[in-house]
Amino acid sequence: MNLFFQNIVNGLTLGSIYGLVALGLTLVYGILHIPNFAHGALYMVGAFMSYFLMVDLGAHYWVAMAGSAVIVAGLAVLCERLVFHPLRHSPPIHDKIAAIGILLFLEAVIQMFWGSDFRRMSSPFTGIMNFDGLIIPEQRALIIVGALVLVVALQLFLRKTMTGATIIAMAQNREGAFLVGIDANRVAMMTFAISGVLAAFAATLYAPINLVYPAMGHIVIMKAFVIIILGGMGSIPGAIVGGMIIGFAEAFGGFYISTSYKDIIAFGLLVLILSVRPQGLFAKGAH
Amino acid sequence: MLFKLGSLLLHPAFKYALIVLALLFPLFASNEYQVYVMASAFVWAIAVYGLNIITGFCGQLNLAHGGFFALGAYTLGLLSADYGWSFWPAFVAALLFTAFLGFLVGVVSLRLKEHYFAIFTLCVGFIIYLLLDKWEELTHGPIGVRDIAAPNGFGLVDFTQTVPFYYLVLAFLVFAMWFMGKLSRSLLGRTFVAIRNGDELAQSLGINLMRNKTLAFVLSTTYAGMAGALYAGMIRFIGPEDANVQHTFDMITYLLVGGIGTISGPLLGTVGIVWITQSLQFLEEYRMIIFGPLLVILVIFFPRGFVGSFLTWMHRESQKQAAPSKKKESRVSTGKGVENNA
Repeated sequence: MNLFFQNIVNGLTLGSIYGLVALGLTLVYGILHIPNFAHGALYMVGAFMSYFLMVDLGAHYWVAMAGSAVIVAGLAVLCERLVFHPLRHSPPIHDKIAAIGILLFLEAVIQMFWGSDFRRMSSPFTGIMNFDGLIIPEQRALIIVGALVLVVALQLFLRKTMTGATIIAMAQNREGAFLVGIDANRVAMMTFAISGVLAAFAATLYAPINLVYPAMGHIVIMKAFVIIILGGMGSIPGAIVGGMIIGFAEAFGGFYISTSYKDIIAFGLLVLILSVRPQGLFAKGAH
Repeated sequence: MLFKLGSLLLHPAFKYALIVLALLFPLFASNEYQVYVMASAFVWAIAVYGLNIITGFCGQLNLAHGGFFALGAYTLGLLSADYGWSFWPAFVAALLFTAFLGFLVGVVSLRLKEHYFAIFTLCVGFIIYLLLDKWEELTHGPIGVRDIAAPNGFGLVDFTQTVPFYYLVLAFLVFAMWFMGKLSRSLLGRTFVAIRNGDELAQSLGINLMRNKTLAFVLSTTYAGMAGALYAGMIRFIGPEDANVQHTFDMITYLLVGGIGTISGPLLGTVGIVWITQSLQFLEEYRMIIFGPLLVILVIFFPRGFVGSFLTWMHRESQKQAAPSKKKESRVSTGKGVENNA
């Protein structure tokens, strides 16, 4: 029974990370209709920036996390300005190829500075909480709580602030948003910045219980895509629920079926779902 | 001057000149390694032609192409190393297997709209990689497959030698290009291009979308399988990293640099980039620092690649020269069609 709860904790941890990454991806898709294949690279850069600030510059974990979020947000805005903005009237295949170009570039740059070795990043939260036999490492607890806080903060930002309202307006109806004078460029930059911040936070939270290396974004971004297809492309609650589904499927699948095939579970699920419902599981109609 | 040079390139005899050049290459190559590099560039070019069918003509971004390449290589490798098949039967089996899997994946994935198709194929590519890496009983896992059969020369030629192998690959490449040229001029090829220009538009012309897209996908995976099998016969050793998604990205770069949807573009793009990265060895590791921005610059400024953009420019020039002021409606610009050049 304890193992069962342990798996629930593991599923929650994975689900939180996947959910955060998928949230950024789904925002950019829902508002700008760009499937950003480079999002995984932003996640990877986020982990490396935290590593750099913490290990090389000796900053505190929280400071490193904030610094990394600022850097990645800036990078994401730069991508929007230099790459996606000029391509907004191009055929959809161009966005995707350009995103792949960004991905290749960011990975190569990181590899040039840090090499392709696997690195370990520590965090100040190394303790283990023991609830009557149920063991929860502090870092995993931090991930779950951190994800919750971020999701709530994002909701508050979108619902309660004027900037958030303009973002929502543009997601709901582009032409309508233009009619009432919403600055599309500002919204596009904001959206990319938020997606970058979420990716950097997710990476910094997850890095201490995983490894840091240039290809670390690959699996995560593919799972994030699976999640947003599961949850309906562009849907915020869908990204969170989808993240949890994949997180739990992996934690339990890895435990009860096979550890070496656990990464296939998510992709198998996607292939299965899209075979039956080409428009995604909860999609109301594809964009 | 540039125009004169350009019209030379468009001349029908240009492709024969290219073939003669390729035939003579081993004679003026300064060492066997150069012949080897050229042969491997040709192998990649065959796969890039496959990508050109589904992505260039049909407009569906297939991110599993490297996976199908690896499937071709593994089919040949495993059949010859573990089951003692000789090269040619295993080669045919590799073609059939990649075509069959292409059919299965195509039937499921091609119903999906643009982005979903790219994401789906990305996942398929990744599943192929994971299976090759983890299914150790069948694929030997991370150690890879050794002792792969070389092409059987039936006692006449020894294809383990670099130069004969080079000519073998060249023969396959010429066939692949010839077929692509035929395809582009056929009704089928034009149907593919109609699909690229819009699903609804194509459907309104009475085109059966699923049947044509699936056919294009099967053709493209067969090309990938052919290239993969030749690759395995050349390298004689393969591992799961041959299914790395990086190869797919490489092929997209070759295709885009040369010219997406053109006939000579994929070859020129592939050979050009392979040679540049080979001669600048220090680049090998960091070539993505150049490839990445290159892809971005191409899709923003030269979406039709160097060959494609050049052809458009040539076409405009030739119209200017042929009809300086009168006859505006001479021919519709081939800007969006399939090029029938060298």
